[in-house]
Amino acid sequence: MTDMKIGAYVCQGCGLGERLDTKALTMVAQKEGKAHVVREHEFLCNSQGVAMIQKDIDEGVNRVVIGACSRRAKAEAFTFENVAVARVNLREQVIWSQPPTDEARELTQEMAADYIRMGCAEAKKIVAPTPNAAHGTNKRILVVGGGVTGMTAALESARAGYEVLLVEKAPALGGYMASLYKRVPSREPFADPQPTDIEALVAAVSKDPKITVHLNSRTTRTSGAPGQFSVDITAESGPTRTENVGAIVMATGFTPYDASRLPEFGYGKSPNILDQAGLEALARSAAAKGEPMRRPSDGKEVQSVAFIQCAGQRDASGTHLKYCSGHCCNTSMKQAMYFKAQNPNIDTAIIYTDLRTPGNGEDFYRSAQTKGVIFTKGKVQSVAVNGDGSASVHFHDLILDDKAAVMKDVDLVVLATGQVPNSGVNIDIPPDATDVPVTEAGKVQSVSVLNLTYRQGPDVPQLKYGFTDSHFICFPYETRRTGIYTAGPVRRPMDITQAVEDATGAALKAIQAVENAGLGRAAHPRSGDLSFPTFRREGCTQCKRCTVECPFGAIDEDEQRYPQFNEGRCRRCGTCMGACPVRVISFENYSVDSVGSQIKAVDVPDEFSEKPRILLLACENDAYPALDMAGVSGHTSSAFVRTIPVRCLGSVNMIWITDALNSGYDGVMLMGCKHGDDYQCHFVKGSELASYRMSKIDDTLQNLNLEKDRVRVLEVAISDIARVPQFINEYAEKIQEIGMSPFKGF
Amino acid sequence: MADVVATHETIVVVGGGISGMTAAVEAAETGKNVVLIERAPSLGGRVSQLYKYFPKLCHPTCGMEINLRRLRGNKRIKVLTLAEVTKIEGRAGDYRISVTAHPRYVNENCTACGACGEAVSAQIPNPFDYGMSTMKAAYLPSLMAYPQRYVIDPSIIGTPDAERAQAACKYGAVDLDMATETFTLTAGAVVWATGWRPYDAGKIQPYGYDRFANVITSVEFERLSDPRGPTGGRILRPSDGKEAKNVAFIQCAGSRDRNHLKHCSRICCMASLKQTTYVRERFGDDAQSTIYYIDIRAIDRFEDFYQKVQADSTVRFVKSKVANITEDEASGDVILHGVDTEGYHRYDNRHDLCVLAVGMEPSVDIRTVADVAVDASGFIEMGSTNGGIFGAGCASNALDVNRSVQSATASVLRAVQVVNRVAKAEG
Repeated sequence: MTDMKIGAYVCQGCGLGERLDTKALTMVAQKEGKAHVVREHEFLCNSQGVAMIQKDIDEGVNRVVIGACSRRAKAEAFTFENVAVARVNLREQVIWSQPPTDEARELTQEMAADYIRMGCAEAKKIVAPTPNAAHGTNKRILVVGGGVTGMTAALESARAGYEVLLVEKAPALGGYMASLYKRVPSREPFADPQPTDIEALVAAVSKDPKITVHLNSRTTRTSGAPGQFSVDITAESGPTRTENVGAIVMATGFTPYDASRLPEFGYGKSPNILDQAGLEALARSAAAKGEPMRRPSDGKEVQSVAFIQCAGQRDASGTHLKYCSGHCCNTSMKQAMYFKAQNPNIDTAIIYTDLRTPGNGEDFYRSAQTKGVIFTKGKVQSVAVNGDGSASVHFHDLILDDKAAVMKDVDLVVLATGQVPNSGVNIDIPPDATDVPVTEAGKVQSVSVLNLTYRQGPDVPQLKYGFTDSHFICFPYETRRTGIYTAGPVRRPMDITQAVEDATGAALKAIQAVENAGLGRAAHPRSGDLSFPTFRREGCTQCKRCTVECPFGAIDEDEQRYPQFNEGRCRRCGTCMGACPVRVISFENYSVDSVGSQIKAVDVPDEFSEKPRILLLACENDAYPALDMAGVSGHTSSAFVRTIPVRCLGSVNMIWITDALNSGYDGVMLMGCKHGDDYQCHFVKGSELASYRMSKIDDTLQNLNLEKDRVRVLEVAISDIARVPQFINEYAEKIQEIGMSPFKGF
Repeated sequence: MADVVATHETIVVVGGGISGMTAAVEAAETGKNVVLIERAPSLGGRVSQLYKYFPKLCHPTCGMEINLRRLRGNKRIKVLTLAEVTKIEGRAGDYRISVTAHPRYVNENCTACGACGEAVSAQIPNPFDYGMSTMKAAYLPSLMAYPQRYVIDPSIIGTPDAERAQAACKYGAVDLDMATETFTLTAGAVVWATGWRPYDAGKIQPYGYDRFANVITSVEFERLSDPRGPTGGRILRPSDGKEAKNVAFIQCAGSRDRNHLKHCSRICCMASLKQTTYVRERFGDDAQSTIYYIDIRAIDRFEDFYQKVQADSTVRFVKSKVANITEDEASGDVILHGVDTEGYHRYDNRHDLCVLAVGMEPSVDIRTVADVAVDASGFIEMGSTNGGIFGAGCASNALDVNRSVQSATASVLRAVQVVNRVAKAEG
C-alpha cells in the first residue's frame, strides 16, 4: 500500500469564484484536510482542468477531492482510473442554495469550508474498489419450466450463444400452451384463432445442441451466486445430478384458479359447466375425432354457450382473486370463435363488465362481433343447472339495468377463471401462519420451486398476490434474488404473446448477469460497482441482523454461524452495514468510517454562536438529486445544514446519528424514499428498515437526555424539488425553537 | 461526429425515451457497444413529461435518475442528441445508418451555469410543456436534462440575442458557427425505440379540441398537474385561469375507432384513473372527476388501482361514448352530450375542463427510413423479414412503461444475438 496522497481541487467556475473565497478553501483542504496538493482552477471540468488533475495523479496523487459541482454533474470529466474521488458539491448545494447577498457570504463560506473538510475526510477513508477475484465465471443458463415461457427463454439464450439447462417437472415439454386447441392471434389481421405451433417450438428446443432438457425433474437444491450457482436436478424416482450454472430464469407458469371455489356458478354440479381449460380440452378432443363439440353430460351437439368473464377474479370482496388476469377476454372470444367456426348458428354470448382487449386485440374483438358473438354487459349472479342438462345464467344486465335477467337453455357455460402464479413458497409468510387471507391462501404453495439454500428462504420473494417481481414499473425484471429472473405468468398475469416477450427479456437479464458476475460487477441499480461488503470477523457477535435484513438475501451463515457474504448476490446498498450493531461491515468506497469521518470533520461552532449544525443524510437517488435540483431552481435553504448522500437510508448506521448528536450537532434529518406497498426504495426494503430502526430512536434520545425533535425522518421523492428546502427550513426553525444542543464543546 | 466509433458489433439504439434508454443500458451492461441516437436535445422522452406513473403514483424522474447514472458511468454508450436517423441500409450484421445531427450551438464546455439563459431575451414556446408555457431561447431542456448542457434555439441564430448568449458564456461553450452535420454509422443491429405521439385531437371534430380552450389532451393535463408545469400544478384551465375542479375525462379519444386509430392504446384508461387522483390531490373533497368510458381496461394487477379510484367518492364513471361537446361561451365551461348506456339516459353535463384521453400512434413512420414490416397501425412487427432491426417499446405496440421496458429488454437480446453471430464469424 502506497502512502496516501490527497489532491484537493477547487473550481472557480459557475460563480464559485465570485461567491466563495476559493483560496481560503484550498487552505482549509491543506491545513485541516491534510491535502498534499491543493489547487484552484477557473474552469476545472474543461480539458485543461482535468489534465491538471491527471498530471498530479501521474505524479503520485491517489485520492482526489473535487470542490466543484454535484457528483451528478460532469461525472465523465471527474472519473479517474483507479483513483478514489470525493466530490464536494459547492455549486448546487452551497452557492445555489444560498442567497447571493453580502449578508449571506459568511455562512456560505462556512458551508463550503465544512464540505471541503468533509470531502478530505471522506477521501482518506475510501479507495477505488478492486473486484474480488473469487467470482464465478460459469455462463450456462438454467431455465426452470418447459412451457412457452421457459422454452422461449431457453431458445433465445441458445441463439445468443449460451448453453442452457432446461428443467421441466412434467414428462413432456409444452406446459399449459400444449393443452390449447388454438391460440389468440399474434399477427395481422388479428381475426381468427391461430395454431399454437407448440410442436415446432418443442422440436426446436429438443434439437438445439446448446440446450439440455431434463424432463420429469425438479430443482431440489440451489445454492451459490451469479456465475456460480450449484443446482441439484432430481428426476422423478430417479437420480439427482448436480450442475453448475451462472444464472437462472424461473418460468414456472400458472395454475388456473380452482373453479370449484365457484359453486354459485354451478361448477361441479354439471359437466356442462367448464373453465377455460376444460373448454380447450373439449375443443381438442372434438377436433381430434373430427366431430362437432358436444355437451359432456349427454353428447348433445352444442347450440348455445355462455362465457362468464371475471369468474373468481376482479373480486374486491376478497373471496377470490382480486386482480384481472388480462388474457381472459381474448381467450373467451377465441373460444366463442371455435363454435362459430363449427356452425355460425351456435349462440355464443360473452357476459362481461369491462371488455379488455388492448392493442390489436381490438381487431380481434371486432372480428368476434362480425362473426356474431354476442357481448352482454352484465354481472352474473348465479348459474342454475336444469334437469335436461341445460343451464340458466342469472345476471344483472347493466345496460338495461335489469337485475333479474336470465339467459336460458344454455348448453355450455364457460367460466373465465384467472391465473394463479406457480411461484413456490411465500417466504414472507411463516409456515405455521394461520391468519393468511383466503385470497392469499389460494396462492400459498407449500412446494418450493427452486429450493434455494439461502438463509432467508427457498424461493424468490413475492410482491403481491404471489407474483414475483420488484420494481413494478421501471425495472420489472429486478427480482430480489440477484441472478434469478422470473418470466411469464409467475411475474404477472399474461397471455402468450406477452410471455414470449417476457421470456426474451428475462433471458437477456440472465445473460447480462453471467457476463457481469465474471467481472465482479454489481447488478442494477449500482450497475458496475466493483465494491463489495467485507466484515471484520473478530468483531462480529453473530447477531444475524445482516443476514435477516439484506433485501436481496445475499448473506448466508457459515458453519460457525458467521455471516457469509455472497458478493455476486449483493447489490451494494449497504443495508447490512446500517444494520450491524458492532459496525464490522464495510465497503472499500463506503463505510461507517467514511461517513462517520465526514460527520466529525464538520466544524461545530460553540453554543453561543447561534449557528446550529444539522446533519442531513439523504438517499443518493431521490433526496439528493431533489436537493440538487432545488439549487438549480433557485430555492434557498438553511445554511446550517450539512448533507451527506447515502446509498440508501437502509445503510444508515445508528452510530452516525448518536455520534453527530454527541459531538454537538443540534439536529439530524434523514430523507429517504417511500416504503410500503407502493414503495419507491430502489433497494426495496432499505427505507422500510431504516424507518423501523428509527422508530426506536426515541429511546436513544431519552438516554442522551435530548428532545425528540433532535432527529427527524422524512419521506421524500425526487420530484419534491420545492418541498425539500421547505422541509429543511422548517426543521432549522424547529431547532432554533428548541435551542442549541447541550453537547457542544465536549 | 468523427469520434463515434461504430463497428459491425455495435448496437444502434434509435430513440432516447424510457425504451431506448433501457435498451442502451441493458445492452451496454451486457458488454455491447451502443450508440444511442435521440432527436431531442436531451434524453428522457415522453415519460419525462409525466407528473406521475400509474399505478404507484411515483415520479418518472426517479427511475430516470437511475438509468442516467447507469448510462453516465458506462463507457460503452455513446449518446448523440439532436440527431435523426434518415436511412438504414444493409442487412443484419452489416448496416449503414445515415444520421443528420442538428446544431446545439453549445459545445461540451457548457457547465449548465445558466449565464446564457439570463443574457437572452427572446422567448419561445416550451415543448416540454407542450407549448403551454414559454422559455428563454437559450435553455436547459429540463432539470433532469442529459446531457446537462444548454441549447441555443435556431430561431435566434443571427440575432443580437445569440451574440449576447455567446458573450455571456465564460467557458467558450457557445459556438454559433455549428452547422448541421450528416454522417454514416456502421452497426450490426438496430433497436428502434422512437416511441409514440398523441393522436391529433383536432381530428376528432365533435370534441372541438381545436375550437374550445377548455378541451385539452391527457398529455397536456399531465403538465397542468405537475408542480413544475406551466401552472405550478394548480390545475388552472386555459380559457380563464380558473381552478378546474370539475373535470371530465373522455376515454378512447381517437382509439378503438375505425375513423381514427383502430387499436386500443392500452394506457389511456389507467392514465385517466391516475389523473383523477391529481384532481383529488389538488382539490380534496371539492374535486369532481367524471370518466366517460366504453370499457375500463385496468389490465391484470392494475385492477387494484381501478378499485381504489372507484372507492373515491369524487370520481364518477359514465359508460358512454360522448357524442359531442359544446361550449358555454359566457362561462367557458364545456358541455358534454351523449347517452349513458347503462340505462339509456341522455345527458348534457357541464364541466370546467374536459381532458381527452388521446390514443397512441407511432411517432415515426419507420418505413421512410428502412424496409421494415409494420402492422396496420404502423407499429413495427416482429419478423424475420426485418433482419437485424427490432422494434422496442411504443414503436412496436401501444404499451405502458413497464411493458415498454420489457419490450426494450427483449429487443436487446435479439440485437445481441445478431452481434454475437457477427463476433463469432469475425473470430
